[in-house]
Amino acid sequence: MKNMLDENKPIFLQIKEQIEDSIINDSLKPDDRVPSTNELAAYYKINPATAAKGINELVTESILVKRRGVGMFVTENAKNILIEKRKESFYQNYVLPLKDEAGKLHISKKELLEMVEREDEQN
Amino acid sequence: MKIEVKNLTRKYGQNKALQNVSFTLEGQKIYGLLGRNGAGKTTFMDILAGNILSSEGEILINGEKPFDNRKLTESICLIKEGNNFKRDLKVKNVLKIYSYFYPTWDQELAEDLIKVYGLNMNAKVKTLSKGMESSLGIIAGLASKAPITIFDEPYIGLDAAARKKFYEILLEEYEEENRMIILSTHLIDEVSLMFEEVLILQEGRLVLQEEAENLRSNTCAVTGKKEEVEAFIENKQVIDKKELAGMMTAYIYGTKQEAHSYGLQAEGIPIQELMIHLTQKEGA
Repeated sequence: MKNMLDENKPIFLQIKEQIEDSIINDSLKPDDRVPSTNELAAYYKINPATAAKGINELVTESILVKRRGVGMFVTENAKNILIEKRKESFYQNYVLPLKDEAGKLHISKKELLEMVEREDEQN
Repeated sequence: MKIEVKNLTRKYGQNKALQNVSFTLEGQKIYGLLGRNGAGKTTFMDILAGNILSSEGEILINGEKPFDNRKLTESICLIKEGNNFKRDLKVKNVLKIYSYFYPTWDQELAEDLIKVYGLNMNAKVKTLSKGMESSLGIIAGLASKAPITIFDEPYIGLDAAARKKFYEILLEEYEEENRMIILSTHLIDEVSLMFEEVLILQEGRLVLQEEAENLRSNTCAVTGKKEEVEAFIENKQVIDKKELAGMMTAYIYGTKQEAHSYGLQAEGIPIQELMIHLTQKEGA
């Protein structure tokens, strides 16, 4: 979990992304209980209604499931759903800005590909 | 609780502190009431709490006027930035008076908070430091459990740690027992994440009432070459703009995605910034 939220972005989205990240990197596994709305509100000092909005969207997307009186839990399929979703936005969020900046700096497609490959070799 | 503000005007001599203001607050939300000095925030809160009368128009709380209406004012607690209590009273007597006035008073919570803030029950108000007096205000406001609790700059003299404590306790209390909380402050950056809805007053008029999350999604600062930005903002509501060396930044109502699709850079605007840009147009 991040320590601070970015005040420039909708808070419920950030709450959502935090939980998604935790599921993708296996900090939260299927059947794990996720922090409650009140726990999130207290931790980040945010309005509980805002935290609830983030959580509820995850329920709608079948990432979390509500067990009455117990709390919110990660679903069996959560990680797969998220990875598919992230793949879709990968192009929009990473590839497009990369190409955009490369264009401004007159980096050719070939040079760009070389850079990606060079990075591979170094790792 | 439902608060209806209808064409509210309040004059002080020739000066209009509030000019024909109308809006509605409803439900158990945390409202942020923002504005520059002299915007009319305190006047509004005083009328709301039944302390003063309006010159024209009215405030109705669940359909009733608050002035001289004991039945109604016992569900409204207004904590101001200072002079909330008689100087010769002891802390414990301040709490006692509040407990008589507010049927919802929570003595246990008050005593807990007295410990948290390290106040001495037997100290007289006049011997308290500014920060301690503010803490006492915060304690009284929270423990009143009034369905409408209003804090007007409640933390003059409180250090950062004590303010943080206030935010924590405020949220805890709000979660436990939802009530309407109106928080007016200049330290917007510290509290803006707690607001569910934001109101901004400017020179006695309401310039904005919006859900905080909508503000975050639907306003942005767009930066790019001057001509491009100008073309982009042509049909948009522009809050403010500035330019330097052929580049322009415009603060607008619109989404970041929209600006990105025009190849422009866009960032969110923190509520504090937004308030500054919204309220600086007419003179500094």
